Amino acid sequence: MESWIGLGIQVGIPVGLLLLAYAVGSAVEGRHYRSLRARELRSRSFPVLTLRAPPADWRIEGIELVSGSVVVSLDYFKRFLAGLRLLVGGRIASYETLLDRARREAVLRVKEDAFARGCHAVINLRLETARLNRTLGSEGGTAGVEIVAYGTALKLARRSF
Amino acid sequence: MILSNTETIPGRTIREFYGVVTGSTVRAKHIGKDIMAGLKNIVGGELTGYTELLQEARQEALERMIAQAKSVGANAVVNVRFATSSITQGAAELFAYGTAVKVE
Repeated sequence: MESWIGLGIQVGIPVGLLLLAYAVGSAVEGRHYRSLRARELRSRSFPVLTLRAPPADWRIEGIELVSGSVVVSLDYFKRFLAGLRLLVGGRIASYETLLDRARREAVLRVKEDAFARGCHAVINLRLETARLNRTLGSEGGTAGVEIVAYGTALKLARRSF
Repeated sequence: MILSNTETIPGRTIREFYGVVTGSTVRAKHIGKDIMAGLKNIVGGELTGYTELLQEARQEALERMIAQAKSVGANAVVNVRFATSSITQGAAELFAYGTAVKVE
């Protein structure tokens, strides 16, 4: 009898965590995508370029270095699925959407930083990715992934776009 | 101090080069923040505590780079680059470097 209770706890806790992670994780992702789409639509007219030099006809009054960063991690359920995916290989869609969300968020923060400093455009945008090591436990997992976006924001004399 | 991650400063002319300036800081995660982030790890999403910690550390690295640029008499740093590396468990190095110059 006691061994059954023990087994119930041993199986029940991970399964419960998986279900919780699935429910909350999906809700968090859905909400983030809705927020990204709304903010991207609002800031659509703010140019962010990866060009190293601004177009020749822009009259530049000042520049600022701007950056935006975000640390994200997958939920427990999706990490579990990604672990299963390792057995058969192929695309791990859950990591693709995670990185997509993080990059879009970082670029939006660059735009917000530039806008707050009174700038009108960002050139030479660069994106970098770094993995953070876990502190506790030694399962070799990651504590999260950091995406940094940075670039040079320009104050223009007259908006030419 | 004018900072830019482009090779030149748009709208200005570079008069003098002073060479590479760097700034770095190694930060460990606060244990409380780490436990919170561990919980957040179950449901996924943004780990706000870490985002703030790293942004703060990057700002400090930048300030150290600016201090070095000032000490050599520069008034701008061009081609600024950032790098993040996980040095050991629970610690990360934030590194900023660029070329110190004088512009008019």
